[in-house]
Formats: sequence, C-alpha cells, structure tokens
Amino acid sequence: MRFGVVVFPGTWSDCDFHYVISEVIRQPVKYVWHRDRNLSDLDCVILPGGFSYGDYLRAGAVAGKSPVVEALLEFVANGGYVLGSCNGFQILCEAGLLPGVLMRNECLQYRCQSTNLLVENVETPFTRGLRAGQVLTMPISHGEGKYYADPPTLAALKARHGIVFRYATADGQVVKAANPNGSVENIAGVVNETGTVLGLMPHPERAAETAMGGTDGLLLLQSLLGTLVEDGTFLKR
Amino acid sequence: MKVRVLIRLKPGILDVQGAAVLRALAGLGFADARELRVGKLIDIEVDAATPAAAQQRVDEMCRKLLANTILEDYTIEAVEAGRLAPRQAVR
Repeated sequence: MRFGVVVFPGTWSDCDFHYVISEVIRQPVKYVWHRDRNLSDLDCVILPGGFSYGDYLRAGAVAGKSPVVEALLEFVANGGYVLGSCNGFQILCEAGLLPGVLMRNECLQYRCQSTNLLVENVETPFTRGLRAGQVLTMPISHGEGKYYADPPTLAALKARHGIVFRYATADGQVVKAANPNGSVENIAGVVNETGTVLGLMPHPERAAETAMGGTDGLLLLQSLLGTLVEDGTFLKR
Repeated sequence: MKVRVLIRLKPGILDVQGAAVLRALAGLGFADARELRVGKLIDIEVDAATPAAAQQRVDEMCRKLLANTILEDYTIEAVEAGRLAPRQAVR
C-alpha cells in the first residue's frame, strides 16, 4: 500500500512517520507538500504532528483549510484512509473530518510524557488487530490536546462507538489522574462514521521500535496493512 | 471598509488562560477582579461597496476560518468606511 506523509510549514513528525513506514513496516511512502491536491496514487494519508503554519489563529485552523486538506475531503469520500496524530488530529477536527475540537491543556503546561491508552473500539481499520480493553503505551507531546465536544456531539460519538482511545492507568482504569490534558471523558482518539479517518493526540510513530521504548504505535499501522490486504486494496496495486 | 471582529469563548467553556491571568491579577493585589475571559480581536480591511456587504463577507470569513463555532462566539463590532490606520512602528 502507498502512504503519503503530509508536510506543512511547521510540521515536525513528518520524518519520523516517513522513517517508520519505509524502514520499519517497509511500505512505499512519499512526502506530500501542503499545496499538493493530487492524492490519487495513495491508499493512506498521514497528517503528522507539529505546529502547522505556526498554529496561528488556532491549532490546525489554517492547515484545516489548506489545498491538501481540501483534496483530503474528496480522498476520504472515495474511501481513502487517513491517520492524524497530534497536530494532525487538530487539523482533522478543524477541517470538519472529525467531530469536536482540541483546546489548550487544562493544566496550561505543555505535556511531553508517556501515556497509557485504553482501546475501546476494535472495529476500525486501524485497531482491528487489537483487543477491546487492551492498554497501549504511547507518548504525547502537546500544549493543546484537551478534546472537547458539546453534549449532543459527544452523545452521538458514543452512540456510534466513535471513541477509539481513552487515557487510562497502566491497568486500564479511566480516571482523572490518568488524564494529562483535561480531555472530556479522557478521550485521546476518535474515528469518523465510516471508520476510515482516525485522529489521536498520542504519537504512534514515536513508539515504533524497541529502541524508542516501545512498539505499540506499530500496531495501528499493522492493523491497517491487514485491512488493506483483506479489502483488496493491497492486491489492486 | 474597516471591520472589527471580536472572538470569545462561548459561555460555559472553561477558559484556562483567563483563569491564569485572573490569578496573576490577584497576586498583584487586584483582588477585586472577579471574572476574566481572554478573547481575540481581529481588524480586517475589506473591499466592499456598502457596510452591509462588508459585514456579510466578514460573517462568512468568521464561519469558515476566523472562529471555531464549536468553541467560540464572534461579533462583528464595527463597520466603517475608510482604511485602517497605518501600522505604527514598534520600537
């Protein structure tokens, strides 16, 4: 399958994602510049972390209206897969591809730490290789990661099992003490209605080799590869 | 046309930045400060024939980019004919 890693001015996790895809899971990957509109040769688009356009106005706001993200709307409508991590999650929310919004951390601190994530939905292309209730360890690194959605949006999100990851303790307890940024109901990652667009604040690309302290982030990419083999996308290429 | 937009968090949304500024004021002896919320002010100069047309364009800009209406309310404060004052040199 072919991956595209989007690069905005100010993106910082693009090289990490490119490295993990080409060297660890060994799939074809290319960079996609933020002005590019042609995504037709890709199966999965990655929106990496960073500070796109300096996070001016609001985190992800300007990137959410950029040419590549406009093209992404059509890409998603055609069934393409999108993984947004950190700033990528903020961009997906600002673009309206995912519900809700990411706000300033409640503690007002920039949080750079390891987090435990309780897996709630294993029916998505990104989590089908996991067990419900499994706890993954991945780092976060953000100042604006407090997920917020108004009560009706949140109720709809829950009703369709759109919450994929919640911040939890190492043994999977979803408690306030495990919430690093004040996210509503400890939400760390959500999917869209078709399950093809995943946004999460933690960094899977920074938990992809044992030398980096863990490989739980790889499970998302490996699940996706399995999905692509099964749905035939992989064989069509 | 000169247009001024005020963007603020919706009532009921916790403003952690405002709370931190309020605590800093209390630390400076301004114990009488009660409620503080931080917002944004955006001045825009728009090519438009009438104030109503300018207001309509800016409203569109707010909905598309300037405000995130999940979190924020915006008000179009003033629409005046003319140009914004030239930016003062900052020393």
